[in-house]
Amino acid sequence: MSEEQKREESRPAEPEAARREDAAEARTGGPADARVENAGEEKRDEPAAEGGRETVTAREASGGGSAGTEAGQPAQPQPDAASDQPASAAGAEAEGKAAPAGDGDGARAGDGADAGTGKSGGEAADAGKAAVDPEREAKIRAAQEARAARLAAKAAAGAAAGGAAAGKDAAAAEPKPPSPKQPWLDEAVELLKTEVHPEAVEEATINALSDDMPTIVVKAEHWPAAAKLLRDHEKLGCRYLRNVTGVDYETHMEVVYFVINMETKREYAIKIRTDREHPSVPSAVPVWPGADWPEREIYDLLGIEFPGHPNLRRILMPDDWVGHPLRKDYVPLDPEV
Amino acid sequence: MIRTEELLLNVGPQHPSTHGVLRIVVKLDGEVIKEATPVIGYLHRGTEKLAESLNYTQIIPYTDRMDYLSAMTNNYVLCYAVEKMMGIEVPERAQFLRLIVMELQRIASHLVWWGTYLLDLGALSPFLFAFKDREKIVDLFNELCGARLTYNYMRVGGVKWDAPPGWIDKVRDFIPYMEKQLQDYDRLVTGNEIFLNRVKGIGKYDAETAIAWGLSGVNLRCTGVKWDLRKDEPYCIYDRFEFDVPVGKNGDCYDRYLLRIEEIRQSLRILKQAVEQFPSSGETMGKVPRVIRPPEGETYVRIEAPRGELGCHIVSKGKAEPYRLKFRRPSFNNLQMLPKLLVGETMSNLIAILGGVDIVLGEVDC
Repeated sequence: MSEEQKREESRPAEPEAARREDAAEARTGGPADARVENAGEEKRDEPAAEGGRETVTAREASGGGSAGTEAGQPAQPQPDAASDQPASAAGAEAEGKAAPAGDGDGARAGDGADAGTGKSGGEAADAGKAAVDPEREAKIRAAQEARAARLAAKAAAGAAAGGAAAGKDAAAAEPKPPSPKQPWLDEAVELLKTEVHPEAVEEATINALSDDMPTIVVKAEHWPAAAKLLRDHEKLGCRYLRNVTGVDYETHMEVVYFVINMETKREYAIKIRTDREHPSVPSAVPVWPGADWPEREIYDLLGIEFPGHPNLRRILMPDDWVGHPLRKDYVPLDPEV
Repeated sequence: MIRTEELLLNVGPQHPSTHGVLRIVVKLDGEVIKEATPVIGYLHRGTEKLAESLNYTQIIPYTDRMDYLSAMTNNYVLCYAVEKMMGIEVPERAQFLRLIVMELQRIASHLVWWGTYLLDLGALSPFLFAFKDREKIVDLFNELCGARLTYNYMRVGGVKWDAPPGWIDKVRDFIPYMEKQLQDYDRLVTGNEIFLNRVKGIGKYDAETAIAWGLSGVNLRCTGVKWDLRKDEPYCIYDRFEFDVPVGKNGDCYDRYLLRIEEIRQSLRILKQAVEQFPSSGETMGKVPRVIRPPEGETYVRIEAPRGELGCHIVSKGKAEPYRLKFRRPSFNNLQMLPKLLVGETMSNLIAILGGVDIVLGEVDC
């Protein structure tokens, strides 16, 4: 992160505008905790004369509008279909979230809806304020622009690190010094290609956000052989499986195995992607018995099948539970439960 | 005519020795276990699912309720993950406070284990000793953050409350007191004939098995594997302090017992240094944006909790809420080897072995 960004991050410059904006944004996210804290601060900082219901509404709506438009912002620089979200969808999401923030308070619920509709809502509210305070508006706008620019920059950095397809372009645009863990990655990829299958590796990246974790996407059909290689090859020797995570990316599912060689501290994150309709990843239990419960947990909560698992049953949810709760499209069978 | 048949027995879910709501279905041939199947999920609250609709600060109290005997380390792992993603610097004083509470927490957690384990094995008085001494730590936490069990103490970028005046002195006074108590503990229990018969050579496994099953913490170190994330992958400011990582060699319940006692000693050693070096003034919160939005991407961080490797895997889409949040809970991974350990053992050893694993069901079920 550049020096300038850091300064932005700490943002002493625009305390008032930024705080309001954040307050409104925090509300669109519906966080009870943050709201309490913010509310306390606002009460302390603002004279009572200004605190009419009307003004609060206007401010919230304008702030919320910015949240709606901004949410779409970071997605724009990335052409990657997997992570790209059209601005309209993001706006809709903000809308959906704004509504529950209403708390059953009529006026507030109205604000939520306004906030969600984005710019138009914001403008209407601004008009309602009768443009008495152009200076403040300018400040708010400046803060919004700065934030949008920062988010865009962050998204680009995140994409570069996160290993999205778009990340490669970004990385190519601004060359960084290679990570000290790059040789580990290259070596493992080379071995997987020569010993397992020339096309076993789909993607290989260094994840800068996770201490330069070498991350390899392995094709599902080559995973059992790749796992054996990772554990048994003298150069790799990753005998310890420390964690298994399943993620539903909405376009596909992913299972991540974190393995490490305890002597050399060489570690990898191995990802296996699978489609969402019939998610299935060969089990790693034959290689690491410790994958037993973690895989059962993923099956239980995400519905990913693990062929080759000795005892693939639900583990946390009851046996007769319908659906897999951590899937993004999960709808409870009985909302009362 | 005498007839024998297999007996199917439910141990738990409501049984003191299961330390929570764990059920073990055992198939018994007389006194010998033929098969054991742990049934978990009674305490599943869907923390990971709930987290997907909360912002990061709101998730912190939920982490308190995972391993409720070690809420401080749970707080820490989440804050640490977010700080790593956002590149937030934590001020010196906050780092020290974090380290001090985490080490106090480790001692408190091991004390609960020590007391309840011996209670499981039939010794009542150690339980009273352990809880009396743990109470001192709980009081310290209470004074620091107003809670005795679920602290909600840490925040992304620092800690919520600075130490009140005189608090550090109280920690300093606690260290020699606890050292003296540990000697009493040893005199009271460690050499006891009955105790030794219950734990020596019981629940044995070797290093290879422990690694293959992904065990961590004392359950791994008791086999001689020197693997402590405070040393091997230092986080917070652990690299500034001198301490040893005790390892066992037999991999039995007795080694696990000795290791936990020794870990209390090492934690006291860390605390002693931390209290001496504690900065006299300074901030307790770093520069953190009001809305915490880690950049798009993912991270996996791990720390050495009292029960082993506690990991936090965040997948962020650049929003205020995590897209996916996964906790690697040490109890969950440590417990899965239990069926393998129990086959061929007697019912009374079931209690000794299960207790030796040191599980917290809030964490197993999450």
